[in-house]
Amino acid sequence: MHLVYPAVLAALLFCTGLYGVLARRNAILVLMSVELMLNAVNLNLVAFDVWLRDTLHAGQALTLFTIAIAAAEIGIGLAIVLLVYRNRGTADIDRLRDLHEDAPGPDAGHGDREEKAEAAA
Amino acid sequence: MTGTAALAAQAHGTHTLAAQTQGFLSTSGVEIAFLLVGLVTLGAALVTVTTRQLVHAALWLVVTLGGLAVEYLLLTAEFIAWVQVLIYVGSVVVLLLFGLMLTKAPIGRSPDADSGNRYPALGVAGAAAVALVWVVADAFRTTWIELDGAPQGTTKVSGEFLFRNWVLPFEALSVLLLAALVGAVVLSRRKNAQAGEKR
Amino acid sequence: MTTTTTAVLVPLLPFLGAAAGLLLGRRAPGFVRPLAVLPTLAAAVLAVVVAWRQGGGEPLDAARRLTPTGSVPIDLALHLDGFAVLVAVLVGVVATCVQLYSTAYLRDDPRYPSYAALVSLFTSAMLLVVYSGDLMVLLVGWEIMGICSYFLVGHYWETEAARSASLKAFLVTKLGDVPFLIGILALAADAGTFRINGILSAVASGSIGHPTLIALLLLAGVAGKSAQFPLHTWLPDAMAGPTPVSALIHAATMVAAGVYFVARLLPVFTASSAALVVLAVMAAVTMVGSALAALAQDDIKRVLAYSTVGQLGYMTGALAVGDRDAAVFHLITHGAFKALLFLGAGVIIHAAGTNSLGAMARMGGLAKRIPDAYWTMTVALLALAAIPPFSGFFSKEAVLGAAEHATGGDAHGIPHAAGWTVLVAGLLTALLTAGYATRLWLRAFHGKGPEAPDHGRQPTAMNAVLWVLFLPTLGLGLAAWKLPDWFDGNSLTPTLTTSVLGTGCALAGAAVTYAAWRRTAPLAARAPLGAVAADPDAAPYISEEETIATHVAAYGNIAGAHDPSDPGRLLLGPLHRHAVAGFHLDAVYSALFVRPVRAAAGLVRFLDREVVDAYVRGAAGAPRLLGAAVRRAQTGNVQTYLSALLAGSVVLAVAAVLVATGA
Repeated sequence: MHLVYPAVLAALLFCTGLYGVLARRNAILVLMSVELMLNAVNLNLVAFDVWLRDTLHAGQALTLFTIAIAAAEIGIGLAIVLLVYRNRGTADIDRLRDLHEDAPGPDAGHGDREEKAEAAA
Repeated sequence: MTGTAALAAQAHGTHTLAAQTQGFLSTSGVEIAFLLVGLVTLGAALVTVTTRQLVHAALWLVVTLGGLAVEYLLLTAEFIAWVQVLIYVGSVVVLLLFGLMLTKAPIGRSPDADSGNRYPALGVAGAAAVALVWVVADAFRTTWIELDGAPQGTTKVSGEFLFRNWVLPFEALSVLLLAALVGAVVLSRRKNAQAGEKR
Repeated sequence: MTTTTTAVLVPLLPFLGAAAGLLLGRRAPGFVRPLAVLPTLAAAVLAVVVAWRQGGGEPLDAARRLTPTGSVPIDLALHLDGFAVLVAVLVGVVATCVQLYSTAYLRDDPRYPSYAALVSLFTSAMLLVVYSGDLMVLLVGWEIMGICSYFLVGHYWETEAARSASLKAFLVTKLGDVPFLIGILALAADAGTFRINGILSAVASGSIGHPTLIALLLLAGVAGKSAQFPLHTWLPDAMAGPTPVSALIHAATMVAAGVYFVARLLPVFTASSAALVVLAVMAAVTMVGSALAALAQDDIKRVLAYSTVGQLGYMTGALAVGDRDAAVFHLITHGAFKALLFLGAGVIIHAAGTNSLGAMARMGGLAKRIPDAYWTMTVALLALAAIPPFSGFFSKEAVLGAAEHATGGDAHGIPHAAGWTVLVAGLLTALLTAGYATRLWLRAFHGKGPEAPDHGRQPTAMNAVLWVLFLPTLGLGLAAWKLPDWFDGNSLTPTLTTSVLGTGCALAGAAVTYAAWRRTAPLAARAPLGAVAADPDAAPYISEEETIATHVAAYGNIAGAHDPSDPGRLLLGPLHRHAVAGFHLDAVYSALFVRPVRAAAGLVRFLDREVVDAYVRGAAGAPRLLGAAVRRAQTGNVQTYLSALLAGSVVLAVAAVLVATGA
């Protein structure tokens, strides 16, 4: 089989994911796009592993690891998104403007809560 | 629930193909199958990142991931294909759907699914795609994968290389997973404590 | 103590006194007066000792090289010849008198400590100039005198006149000092040494490349320091300083430094006949012009200042005809009687409460109030007018005799023109000098009108000093027979022709002025004039400061007054208006220098504000605009940031690929 097929497919999938990350508003959709990018990488790894006939099967092993890591990442990511949603009432990326130069900082009460929660934990 | 149906159909097709790969499908036949499934995958991916219905996006993601699993099978990486189906389709997408629901994502068409950054994103992604495809095609246009030999990724082979050569990273990975688990729990607990306090 | 050690102590003692005075002035006010008077007095005594030991014999040279400079060596050198030791005696005596006088004159002045220290420093610098055998060291003293003069003229800095006068004195003398410095360096470069002896031997062997150029450059500095035309304009204005300062600096010593310098380096000047002619013309213009101006001044000190300029003209005239003996002789006698005149003028100003001759002429009995000043000043004015047998007569006769000598072609290498110029100008000036001396005397002491205000007896210190200076004024003329032993040996005794001519001119001038005064004096009663400072009990300096500050307001002009009773007005006729203003030389300077400099300053200001600052503002504005632009990019939207980041990565990756493939 031509190696170009999986390689080009992976590249296109990666760019699709890239577009999703940059263009989607909802944080969960952004996470989905991240998954797409990871999968594109996985495809590449598998394809090259098969092509190289690697005796250590490094590509496939790494693919497995990536899948595991992606799972962990999606768990943590979703937890963060939910936390943000609870605190801000929205999961829209472009409304989280704390990096803006004159963005109103997180309100004082919130900071207190955060501290208390930490103390409780 | 067209998405689910498609998923089922896809899964079924994959199974059949996997069973027949080493059998009668010729090299060029594998190629054609790969191309077709690739197109479906890519299309599903594009729909995933462009659809205005958030839940549909998750379902089209299932199609994409499933398509990828088929591609793994076609590349004789059997074990990875199953792992893909199990973990991605089985857990990640479910998690994402839960996330969507917990953040009260609107059901139905939401007009503002895309942010204002859409056109720059299109430009960057397009440029990246052109650059990558150009480079990759230029680099590997005369390279062929030999699929005729021993399959690269049966479950047996996978178990052997995983527990013979990669056992230490595998164990480290389990620690990572544990950490992620604990992290997720801690984050959730904090939320709950807050919620409780609030109430 | 060897003579050399003694001579070193002479400039050193006043210097140490000045340093101690500046350091202790505030903490120990009781020490200020002793510290001011005693070192100067000791220096004067030691100068006398040095003079006695040197005794007009062979010049005494001592040098010590402190450190090699790499090129032309600079030595701490002493050169003691007859000129040096006698001028040093003059400086020491006059400085001591002035210090004594100042203790009374500025007795309550809060700034007296710094004043006394500056006078001491000045004395030290002048003695350094006199004794120095090295031009660089001489220049050090020369410049210290300049800066001391600046501070001392500006002593009454509360008054506008003093402020501008001090600046003017400083700038005008500096205008001369720049070419002077260049001239010294050129001279040293040609001669290979700064030592005066070395330079003189180089001149004798003819190894100076451009004697005319160097002489003219040096002349500029001399003209500035010795107040010769055209750089004399600072001296009359410098009368805004305290009277003792005027006596010390602007009559007896500092202005004499230029003359003394030329006397020291006379062979350099005689090497170029062009320089001598320039010197002669300069002297002639200075003499006549200043005498005319003196006849029109209303401020008594300005009369004396112009008279100083004129007498310095005599000295430069003597130098122009190559006779330094006569020049230094006149320098010494003039130093004595002019110091006396100034110090006496200080007494008059205190007693009358004004410095205006017009006001004094409307005041009766001033002579009876201050008999000491009256008698001593009368003699000093006679000496100034060169009436025999007072000292001024002999020294002026020596100058005129030297000039007459030069006209006859007897002097070797002196152009006839120089001799004639000096002789004619000298005789004319003798006439005018007698005129303004008479005018001063008549108007100051023989006014008619209400009694002068009673300021009580003048302080003893002031009167005593007048009598001390009275002695040389009276008797120094007799030195004419003795001095040639100390100097170059030229005869200084009066010759018949010039004596008759000069004395005749002087008597004629005095007579004409007296006649004019007789005609104009009655007018005084009809034209009331005069403002008198009403502080009879205060220290003299307060009267003087007030009268300086009020002169323009009271008389409309710093130099003259609208006084129809002034004999000078009658004598000068239409010339009077110009003479009052010093023949408008200040206006010429204003047009030639001040306005172009101001215009240039305006241009520089414009360039700085509009051109240079444009770059500065641009340098600030561009980053500011850039910052504003960059700030707009900080939207806080992570996706935008990431887009930019990835776009950059793509560009870089493409660039890397292109480079790698060699495209």
